[in-house]
Amino acid sequence: MTALLSPRDRESPSPRDRKSLERASLKHRLAEKGVDRVLWLLVPGAVFVVLLFVYPFLYGLQLSFQPKGGGSPFQNYITFFSDSYLAETVWITLRLGLPAALFNVLASIPIAFRMRGRFRGKRALTTLLVVPITLGTVLTAEGLLAFFGPTGWFNRIWMALGADEPAKLTHNYWGVLFSLIITGFPFAFLLTLSYLSGIDPTLEQAAATLGASKRQRFRTITMPLLAPGLAVTFCLSFVLAFSVFPSAVMVGNPAGETHVMSIAAYETALRDNDFAMGSAIAMLMALVMLIVIGVVLIWRATLYRGATGGKG
Amino acid sequence: MTGQRFAELHLDHVQRAFGDTVALKGMDLTIKGGEFVALLGPSGCGKSTALNCLAGLLPLTGGRITLDGKRIDDQPPEKRGFGMVFQNYALFPHMSVRRNIGFGLSMRKTPKAELNRRVDEAVRLVQLEEHQHKFPAQLSGGQQQRVAIARAIVLEPPLVLMDEPLSNLDAALRLEMRTEIRRLHQSLGLTTVYVTHDQEEALALADRLVVLRLGEVQQVGSPEEVYAHPVNRYVAGFMGYRNMIPVTVTSQEGENTTVHTEGGIKLVGVKREELSDKAVAAIRPEDFTVVTEAGDNTLDATVEIVEYHGREQAVEARLKNGERLHVRTNSRLAPGDAIKLKVPVERVLVFA
Repeated sequence: MTALLSPRDRESPSPRDRKSLERASLKHRLAEKGVDRVLWLLVPGAVFVVLLFVYPFLYGLQLSFQPKGGGSPFQNYITFFSDSYLAETVWITLRLGLPAALFNVLASIPIAFRMRGRFRGKRALTTLLVVPITLGTVLTAEGLLAFFGPTGWFNRIWMALGADEPAKLTHNYWGVLFSLIITGFPFAFLLTLSYLSGIDPTLEQAAATLGASKRQRFRTITMPLLAPGLAVTFCLSFVLAFSVFPSAVMVGNPAGETHVMSIAAYETALRDNDFAMGSAIAMLMALVMLIVIGVVLIWRATLYRGATGGKG
Repeated sequence: MTGQRFAELHLDHVQRAFGDTVALKGMDLTIKGGEFVALLGPSGCGKSTALNCLAGLLPLTGGRITLDGKRIDDQPPEKRGFGMVFQNYALFPHMSVRRNIGFGLSMRKTPKAELNRRVDEAVRLVQLEEHQHKFPAQLSGGQQQRVAIARAIVLEPPLVLMDEPLSNLDAALRLEMRTEIRRLHQSLGLTTVYVTHDQEEALALADRLVVLRLGEVQQVGSPEEVYAHPVNRYVAGFMGYRNMIPVTVTSQEGENTTVHTEGGIKLVGVKREELSDKAVAAIRPEDFTVVTEAGDNTLDATVEIVEYHGREQAVEARLKNGERLHVRTNSRLAPGDAIKLKVPVERVLVFA
């Protein structure tokens, strides 16, 4: 090869050439690690996250340690846990968020399972299942009030069937739970469906030819491959449900059994003008969510999370 | 390890339609215990449909399947107990090689000691001892293929179904695995139905070939029968390359048929189908011999392109009427040579 090089190529590079060579190789080395000009596209997003999430979060965090009435920096947190009306909100919110998320995830499995294949009317059915996402909580709450209310259709039929008094399904725990299910289910369903269609259907066929019954196939093939996705779906559904606010006011009993954390934070900050205490409640809300998500993700880490062979 | 032998698996007018399209149009076939049968055809010919119908993964829309007289087409796949090797292997990604292979046994609640013994045996049979604790994603394509085969045969199924098992492997590995599959078949005697679009693979592996086209069986026979004596023009064209020369039939005497090409070159061949006026003469490139003297069934041609293939040459020659011929010969030729090509009467197959 060297014989083919022209004499000029064989000369050692001039200092300037060498400098440009080094610059090129640095660029090359960075590109190898994934650092190149495309990264600039991340800047707007990063600025956005810092300005609209990181800064307000840190601001709220430090604010929560500056109680309105002075005293220990932890005074707001001490107040929260010593005031049973406030401390109870943690339990009230969990009691709504956990069952709603669990129900949405579990209910989405069999429906997504059925919806995997191609069949007539699939698009119409999917649309029907997903529509509630577009309605917004307020419209859903109004619908719930009209349907489940004391003079709504449900209770008219209920009474016609011979009940002594109308069933109380709004302005209490059940109203909020229904609302969380209606608005949260489409989300859980779409996620579960995409995770499920990411599992290669020939795996189940293979299991069938090896003698596994429907139930065994679900237990040994589908569930283990779907579980990590379900964990993520559960976390996202839970976060959505845990931060419930409008429906807890509209179809719940915001002073009593649906006095959730977000209402407590709102009331403290904007009604009682105690921003520091409001921030403390918001921080505790985040903490509870992180604990639940943490537990779920630790469980998820024990599962198989590799390829599932499908198109997803 | 030997399969539970059966005497006869019978497909009786098996039909499968998808909506308005009929993928399999009434397939009749009898498979004897211990046989290696290949279903061969291009994509869309119904071969995979037939296999899935046998496995029970697709319900029939007509006909029946009986195993030693007992009807099985109404049973789900898990009740039939046929082993199947999938084109993409379909290994369970969350299980080790050993658990993949032992899956069928554990579904049958086989006692642990026996399960381990049989998995050991299967692992040894496909030479995966070193890899038995790995996961499928850590294996190469050929190793995954071995796992898929071991998983299907560890249950000693009466019938093993293979759906293009070699199509995802590179050429060298494909040859190796082909020999491996044949060796396993010979040593275990497992009745096998093998689906492929590769005629070379089918000829090499199978005891019997079933050539399919558009959902219909074209020919059933031993590799030699199908290769040398195709029953129709389609099979003749599909089984290895043949020159297809359009001809006009001039006289028929029993099997022997005299035809003339465009431009009036006379050829005598063997009739393989009922003929009308127009026909084609099918001749394999290797059935020509280069001769020096004119005579019967001898064509004058000019060499145009010569490819060196080691022992022989692949030659493209042109007849006087402009028709191109492919010829394989040991004679050394050069472009521009005027040659005479002789072909025996029994090697000229005349199809409608």
